[in-house]
Amino acid sequence: MFFQKEIETMSRKQIEEIQLERLKYTVNYCYTHVPFYKKKLDDAGVSPDQIKTLDDIRRIPPTTKADLRDNYPFGLFAVPMKEIVRIHASSGTTGKPTVVGYTKHDLDMWSDCMARLCAAAGATADDIVQISFGYGMFTGALGLHYGLEKLGCAVVPNSSGNTEKALMYMRDFKTTALVATPSYALYMAETAKSLDYPMSDYHLRLGLFGSEGCTPEMRTQIENGWGLFATDNYGMSELMGPGVSGECTERCGLHINEDYFLAEIIDPNTLEVLGEGETGEVLITTLTKEGIPLLRYRTRDISRIVYEPCKCGRTFARMDKIKGRSDDMLKIRGVNVFPSQIESVLVGMDKVSPHYQLIVRREGFADTLEIQVELSDTSLLESFGKIQELQNKIKHNVHTVLGIQCKVSIVEPNTIERFVGKAKRVVDLRNQ
Amino acid sequence: MAIRQISVFVENKPGRLAEITGYLAEGGVSIRAFSIADTTDFGILRLIVSDTQKAAEVLKAAGVAVSITEVVGISIPDITGAFAKVVKVLADAGENVEYAYAFLTPEAGHAYVIVRVDDNAVATAVLQENGIAVIDESSIL
Repeated sequence: MFFQKEIETMSRKQIEEIQLERLKYTVNYCYTHVPFYKKKLDDAGVSPDQIKTLDDIRRIPPTTKADLRDNYPFGLFAVPMKEIVRIHASSGTTGKPTVVGYTKHDLDMWSDCMARLCAAAGATADDIVQISFGYGMFTGALGLHYGLEKLGCAVVPNSSGNTEKALMYMRDFKTTALVATPSYALYMAETAKSLDYPMSDYHLRLGLFGSEGCTPEMRTQIENGWGLFATDNYGMSELMGPGVSGECTERCGLHINEDYFLAEIIDPNTLEVLGEGETGEVLITTLTKEGIPLLRYRTRDISRIVYEPCKCGRTFARMDKIKGRSDDMLKIRGVNVFPSQIESVLVGMDKVSPHYQLIVRREGFADTLEIQVELSDTSLLESFGKIQELQNKIKHNVHTVLGIQCKVSIVEPNTIERFVGKAKRVVDLRNQ
Repeated sequence: MAIRQISVFVENKPGRLAEITGYLAEGGVSIRAFSIADTTDFGILRLIVSDTQKAAEVLKAAGVAVSITEVVGISIPDITGAFAKVVKVLADAGENVEYAYAFLTPEAGHAYVIVRVDDNAVATAVLQENGIAVIDESSIL
């Protein structure tokens, strides 16, 4: 299913033509409308007329989250406040919130992006969609909300929290699709099972998940818990919100809305641009945004991009699910560790729950990793041997995936905090 | 013949054992026998109680990880060598003792032993063949 088929199936040549035209426009627009960018480009010795090919973007130094913070709240806005019709702020997972503003045109483009991704994931005008993202300054809920309305879905703006009431609406409305973070979707499934209603009272067929990473294993658990088809979408408030990219029903990568976003992959250490299929940090340049355009924004998200057209018919490039964050990446005894890698080990096991916490310590001069995971199969209480066997199996599998030793602590069920928003999996005690 | 035992996962943190046994007390469940074994991170509390079903319910409702297992209960005389005979009989039958715990009832002049073996039926049969009294729940509850 397509929302804007002609655009979503353009040839690579057409896509690149549009991108180049818009890139030239955006660089010039930033230079003339945002003093921060005028200074940045002048300092780098780059003038907008030097942008003649898409590769010329590499002359421009990246923009970082710190740049947004330093210009808090409105310093990077490119239009006067009378043009701004909406203000959002990031969830502030890492430090002070970053503030973004939207013009009417920005909101229109945002809802188009979102409508495309929801249609690609399989949503139709017949769907009743419950949004269980928190409404408010966070872009997630309103981004999906406007996109789904544009697509013609019946939107239930339930927001997050009060899970039992949300489940009541889902049963009574026969809600067919759910918007949530993967961990909240899983929590909702656990809660649903603990209530006195059979799972057949729920009619979810589609999950539109995002705002945090989801391993294939965790996705399988959500799908089994709800009996739905789960899809992942991606974005961030700095760039707009959700709507940058999302999975189609083939689920072989997230299609990037390339007419609005130019994506690159760089080595996060050297900033060198990497080739197709190579894994590194995603850099995004907004191509049409008016409120707060960004050039080569460092997302800190680790992924890879392929340009080959998809079986679904879309020609927009696909990025892999986010493998981790370049600033979330833990370095443990010199090894790069992404929490998602450990999650994939744990979620593949049926005797522990998928909720976990990682604790990193420094003992003497060596880093240690402790994985806390909840026991879910109580038949293991039969003997210490079985629990130790499980601990050893997790240790072994983590070692196989990461090449490092860890300590595995089995904790009581439901004692690791459930997160309604983004999950905080890592406790790093090394600098304390 | 078998006796039902409750196994409870107990994290090693101060007060946790008091909480768990508190749930049982509130639920009006009396503990007849118990054993606790631990590693550095967690322990497993094993209990024989007056009302197994009720105990499992109150603990599960409190979010505690529990499982119910059947174990073998034996009554042996309070004399030297009595327990040695039990384990010899089991060993000769190829039955492994995973764990065991005992409680004395001096006025009656004998001890009760709870043993966890690989196969309750086999263990019960060989013990009885060797004149060792295997008990059921009604003898101790």
